[in-house]
Amino acid sequence: MQPRHTRLKEPLVHLTKRETPGFAASMLIRVAAFVLGMLVCGLVAFLLVGKLQKEPGRIWEFYNCFIKGSFSTERKLWSFLKNIAVLLCIALALTPAFRMRFWNIGAEGQTLMGVLAAIAVNFYLGGKYNPAVRWPEWSLLVLMLAAALLAGAVWGLIPALFKAVWNTNETLFTLMMNYVATFLVSYCLIKWVPSGSSSLGKLSSGKFPTVFTGLSKPAYSDYLVIILIVLAATALIYIYLNYTKHGYEISVVGESVRTARYVGISVKKVIIRTMIVSGLLCGLAGYLIGAGLDRSVTTDSVGGQGFTAIMVAWLAKFDPLMMILTAGVIIFLNQGADQISTSFEISGALPNVIIGIVLFFIIGSEFFINYKLNFRKREPKEAVR
Amino acid sequence: MNPWVDFLLDSLGFGATFMYGSTGEILTEKAGHLNLGIPGVMCMGGAGGCLMLNLIGESALPPFLIVILGILASFLTGALMGLIYSFLTVTLRANQNVTGLALTTFGVGLMKVLMSDKTRISVKRYLVTPKQYFRFPFAGRSDSLQVLGVMFFLAVIVACLSSYVLYRTRTGLNLRAVGENPGTADAAGINVTRYKYLATCIGSGIAGLGGLYYIIDYMASQEAYLSIEAYGWLSIALVIFVLWKPHMTIPGSFIFGVLFSCSSHIANIPWITVTVAAKPILKMLPYLFTIVVLIISSIRNKRENQPPASLGLSYFREER
Repeated sequence: MQPRHTRLKEPLVHLTKRETPGFAASMLIRVAAFVLGMLVCGLVAFLLVGKLQKEPGRIWEFYNCFIKGSFSTERKLWSFLKNIAVLLCIALALTPAFRMRFWNIGAEGQTLMGVLAAIAVNFYLGGKYNPAVRWPEWSLLVLMLAAALLAGAVWGLIPALFKAVWNTNETLFTLMMNYVATFLVSYCLIKWVPSGSSSLGKLSSGKFPTVFTGLSKPAYSDYLVIILIVLAATALIYIYLNYTKHGYEISVVGESVRTARYVGISVKKVIIRTMIVSGLLCGLAGYLIGAGLDRSVTTDSVGGQGFTAIMVAWLAKFDPLMMILTAGVIIFLNQGADQISTSFEISGALPNVIIGIVLFFIIGSEFFINYKLNFRKREPKEAVR
Repeated sequence: MNPWVDFLLDSLGFGATFMYGSTGEILTEKAGHLNLGIPGVMCMGGAGGCLMLNLIGESALPPFLIVILGILASFLTGALMGLIYSFLTVTLRANQNVTGLALTTFGVGLMKVLMSDKTRISVKRYLVTPKQYFRFPFAGRSDSLQVLGVMFFLAVIVACLSSYVLYRTRTGLNLRAVGENPGTADAAGINVTRYKYLATCIGSGIAGLGGLYYIIDYMASQEAYLSIEAYGWLSIALVIFVLWKPHMTIPGSFIFGVLFSCSSHIANIPWITVTVAAKPILKMLPYLFTIVVLIISSIRNKRENQPPASLGLSYFREER
């Protein structure tokens, strides 16, 4: 008989990878993670917010703010939908690249370049720079779109070229490109606004035509246009990725570069082409922000959405249709936390804290979806003796 | 004072912020983890240190103890952020980019909430600790060295020590092995999980010191905390710029410091005239240089200048 002390002890937990996690089970885990994250948010808010500590009963108001932030008034509902659309557009842009395992974290810069290009066209040709040069509105809008798409595509293409030719690390490259774009914007602003206030103000030209007239405010028409454009883009990207040869090639390159080479896919070509698509969509998002919403540009025009979009895309497992949901969750949290900031008079940075905490839980929950925990079974009595 | 000396000393001092950030990030990346949460970690490190100084800044404790406790609190807060990151990426094997970005979102947000007036635990009063405490010998001085504080020298020591550990000790060898090929390291009997955890937490602690350094030691200003996030990203750039060698962050951070602060200093130097428009271009240079270094190192493809081979990948022992 084997002596007891030489027997190897089995570890307490043993991990195995799940092959195909069930849809219902994985959704259940995610919802549980979300709820848990929200509970922790309440706890953290309790620690941070003085008013909550004095009146603990207001914790219900705290959670109610999330509903109020997005759905209490018509204006909030519209901005909820519009914000989803813009964030979704950037996330869609990232998806082809991510499916190829090209870690493009430069959406912020690519989108900002789109905004900058659109506004540059508007500034020089729209009459603000020189009233004698004033192009008709429709041609201005088309030209702005073309410029934004081009700028986004170029900003995405540069890292892709180096990745394709010399295998330069794309994560770090695209990250740096964000800051180059930011400082390019501040350079342009100094050039355009001689007073030194470095704020361009809202341009009067290059406005979306009011397509939908039945709405209670003209701004909602622009919102609706944006939402419809993004919905169309979502459908197109879904088809592009799942039902075209390009989409198939992207998946193969993402799965294994060697396989792709073996079956005769030109990996370089796919990388470059996909990043152009990615950049074009970022440019579109930039156009929507620059022409549709702000009609102006600042270094903060994109406001970190390029980074948030990475999380939106990843949480949806790079599925364009699921991204509508994940973008919705992020915007829901964001608007809710904004509401909390006003209701409880705390710093405007609270949304980030809440989104961060909930994301930690959702990110962590992926583990329980992808892996199975096998706990050590209690050994039968006989074996011990 | 001579504007040139002033400019160079100030660049050195400013650069130390990145020195902390990138030394910490290098340790993390050497374990194979790309921690994009460094800006958040630096912010929280700053907030943690300030919170401690807020508590003890006015007490009768000897100045050097106040400084050391502040530094310790900052380190621990940073390490705690690192712990969140490593739990998610090492134990739960989450995507590192996403986790890092979430950590930055969280850290930057929480710091801003903590440092603003409206919350209950406001750390705004941290400035009661005199800046002089952070000058050798913990009492302040009036010569030209007053620009550089205690924590500047600490940064240099930490950077050199990290290089020594990485390249001259068995621990460092093991750590680099984990970052290059965790599977092989595991087979050689190295506890991969422990190395990853320790490297990430210690690295984040070091990065956290950068936040405290910038707020208290370098700027000593009420609004300094608002710009730490940008310097966190710059620290990640510096990691590439110095090709993953901690001791090289000393000259590297100086160069970044020169590039980033020259736009404000250059006006004092008589024979150089710079237009306002050139400022953003000058500030763009550190990033452009980093891109150039990244490209050149990928073209030359020398093995010792590459990112750690398994950077950004989770390690699961049973995966083939």
